[in-house]
Amino acid sequence: MSGVVLPEALRDVEPVRSIRTPARLEYRFTAGEASSRFLRGVARRKIYGERCGRCHKVILPPRGSCPTCGVPTSEQVELPDHGIVTTFCVVNVKFSGSAMELPYVCATVLPDGGDMGLFGMIQEIPFDEVRMGMRVEAVWVPDDELTHDLASIKWWRPTGEPDADYASYREHV
Amino acid sequence: MRDVAVVAFAQSRHVRREQARNEVEMLMPVLHQVKADLGIDQSAIDFTCSGSTDYLAGSAFSFVMTLDGVGASPPISESHVEMDGAWALYEAWVKIQTGAADTALVYAYGKSSPGALRDVLSRQLDPYYLGPLWPDSLALAALQARACLDAGLTTVEEMAAIAARSRQAAAANAFAQLQGSDDPAVLLKEPELAAPLRLHDCPPITDGAAAVVLAAGDRARELSDSPAWIRGIDHRIEAHALGVRALTSSASTALAGERAGVGDGRVDVAELHAPFTHQEVLVRRALGLGDDVEVNPSGGPLAANPLMAAGLIRIGEAATRVSGGEARRAVAHATSGPCLQQNLVCVLEGED
Amino acid sequence: MGKELVAVVGIGQTHHQATRGDVSIAGLVREAALEALADAGMTWADIDAVVIGKAPDFFEGLMMPELYLADALGAVGKPMLRVHTAGSVGGSTALVAASLVQAGIHRRVLTVAFEKQSESEAMWALTLPIPFSPPLVAGAGGYFAPHIRAYMRRSGAPDHIGVLVALKDRQNALKNPKAHLHEEGITFESVKDSMMLWDPLRYSETCPSSDGACAMVLTDEAGGDAATDPAWMLGGAMRSEPTMAPGRDQVNPMAGRECAADVYTQAGITDPRRDIDVAEVYVPFSWYEPMWLENLGFAPEGKGWTLVEDGATQMDGDIPWNPSGGVLSSNPIGASGMIRFAEAALQVRGRAGEHQIEGARVALGHAYGGGSQFFAMWAVGAAKPTS
Repeated sequence: MSGVVLPEALRDVEPVRSIRTPARLEYRFTAGEASSRFLRGVARRKIYGERCGRCHKVILPPRGSCPTCGVPTSEQVELPDHGIVTTFCVVNVKFSGSAMELPYVCATVLPDGGDMGLFGMIQEIPFDEVRMGMRVEAVWVPDDELTHDLASIKWWRPTGEPDADYASYREHV
Repeated sequence: MRDVAVVAFAQSRHVRREQARNEVEMLMPVLHQVKADLGIDQSAIDFTCSGSTDYLAGSAFSFVMTLDGVGASPPISESHVEMDGAWALYEAWVKIQTGAADTALVYAYGKSSPGALRDVLSRQLDPYYLGPLWPDSLALAALQARACLDAGLTTVEEMAAIAARSRQAAAANAFAQLQGSDDPAVLLKEPELAAPLRLHDCPPITDGAAAVVLAAGDRARELSDSPAWIRGIDHRIEAHALGVRALTSSASTALAGERAGVGDGRVDVAELHAPFTHQEVLVRRALGLGDDVEVNPSGGPLAANPLMAAGLIRIGEAATRVSGGEARRAVAHATSGPCLQQNLVCVLEGED
Repeated sequence: MGKELVAVVGIGQTHHQATRGDVSIAGLVREAALEALADAGMTWADIDAVVIGKAPDFFEGLMMPELYLADALGAVGKPMLRVHTAGSVGGSTALVAASLVQAGIHRRVLTVAFEKQSESEAMWALTLPIPFSPPLVAGAGGYFAPHIRAYMRRSGAPDHIGVLVALKDRQNALKNPKAHLHEEGITFESVKDSMMLWDPLRYSETCPSSDGACAMVLTDEAGGDAATDPAWMLGGAMRSEPTMAPGRDQVNPMAGRECAADVYTQAGITDPRRDIDVAEVYVPFSWYEPMWLENLGFAPEGKGWTLVEDGATQMDGDIPWNPSGGVLSSNPIGASGMIRFAEAALQVRGRAGEHQIEGARVALGHAYGGGSQFFAMWAVGAAKPTS
């Protein structure tokens, strides 16, 4: 400790270099009205976006407002649980608590007819065969595991249909 | 200095717990209100600034989601402080002073209900010497209240009178959380929560949001028939550790008040962000406000204390009194940190 | 409405490291602040106001740290503001401080940005679980990697471009004693062979997690005239857009383009590649260099990667980017934006030592944050602006 002169009595005492102070705070999280509607849909294997009354785009996942226009949204629009991969990455690093086998693919999936995508995992295909434009469908958990949580969608898997033409989704890339 | 005025103000109906709506949903109607009141949309706003804190929300980058309620497309000039919205208003006022903006939208919000507020606020303290002891915000305020009583600056009777007056005034405020109060004599029969503080001496725990629109010069006159002009605004901070500063006075409030020009004229109304009753006494003294000044006609933080928005609301409420003609000259005050560590003072006047 | 001119007369930085176990949080910020004050020939008493910025408080486990730091930063009795605009915060903090001078409110402002990520857990704080949504990736890289893939698809860029950027920045860092990573012996192969984290991003193409602080002393025109080799602010701007919105371009964000355009207009820059001598740009993942080359107008859309491949952004290229080593070599998140702004100022002051770009007269400092949605930029010059 430069510039600090200790009193004689402390000269041989080892300085404290750090302290560990665990902190625990509990929070009761409110999903909000828009998210609650969405999650209740998910619990019934339904994906609902919300349409903006001004720009008419469908917001997914819905948050009760259109991020472009800043107006409240409430019109529910049901979207199919199949779409295309607009972009993705191959994840090779675990985070604490994860049980997922490495590597795995995370992707943005644009539901058919939608304007925004959902972030999810791609499975049931070797990781190095995943590509942009690939058509996928949601794989849901069994009935008794369905809940109001996006984890109700286990992952997305290829449908086997031909890939979407790049031109058809390039504005989402 | 450019003339800058508050031309619009809106707040949510403050409640103990926003059960169904999340922060953005709670904030959005307030944002729409101020724009609707002025007949403008986001494109008329040159600069946007907000105040909030992650520790209330329990998530990092929590302020980001509020952009969804603003309409930030096309992109906007926007900033954020991890402080009460009163400081966001200060940043916006500065931006207008540079000439880079003529109008500004300022908003602030906080849900205190998700976490245990008293514990959350202990994370605000020096992490080496104070934080590990987990002194909660109530205990620290009580420490200061005890010091004030011992110094003869106030009495528990006066504190109870402040509580009663505030909440009785709040009966006329549709947005206040606590409306109405028993008389001081009844209040004083209650047990102490953290001696010498009783429940009535403490602010409620509140979820709420507020927004203000600022405008400069002629733009303000275009937008409002009765702008509330900011004649002076200043803020100061004191040392953090409680033992290093005088808890029986508010030096930073006095300094900020002096710099903001509080003493330059008669003050009709003061909206003071004094969450604890004894603190109203301290802030009044620091600003040199006599008994003839009407303090907290809105009810003040004792009636609704949405953390992160309560200071901005004081400015909004003071501006409302000025715009409405009830006050010619008003003072608004905001505070941050334990025991009035940091303070902001704003002087507002009506059109001549 | 005349804005007061702003001069940068003092700059300070800590030695950025994974863990600065030798200083407390106060010690960390004071190290940078004291260096800036000494550089400016000033003491705490000369400062009128303090503006501090940092990223989410969960990184240190300390809520609203400006309260605790008031004493350490000589702010008692002064105005103190704490800015938080996610990753761009270091830049926006400097701009807020500059506003105070531009508005004529204060004459000398100390601005500080820091992060002491080792105190808490950065990876955890960056990916705090959002209820009702399963966590899918760890760390920011998992968010950005898909957008990098999108850039590669749009531009047709070859795979090795990212490696070239990482190599350049880490080699540059060897000339910057303040940088966190000093990888002697780094080669193209060593970068390419490092572990793939979120394809296409490898370990060596990813920013480190650092403890660090940066500080600057900003003054008005009179202060700049009285100083030795001030850097003059030529322009500054902030822009924000929502994280996710229909049709939002995450690869070439509009907010970035518009922010740059505003700064260029203020600074009289019409051709960035020609008019700017050096740029310190927030590139936390290698591929953001070609992406930002396009976003900031240094290259036409789809061609940013060609500048990288041609070596244009090398220290001996025509438009050096990140001679300091950039975010890829040091990343105390809350400070990184200010480090970019400060390094740009160091360059035009001729004070960048071994990583000085000869003859640098105009420099760009850039910061971004959130989901590529918050942008703060400034341009600084060696010559005082005339208008």
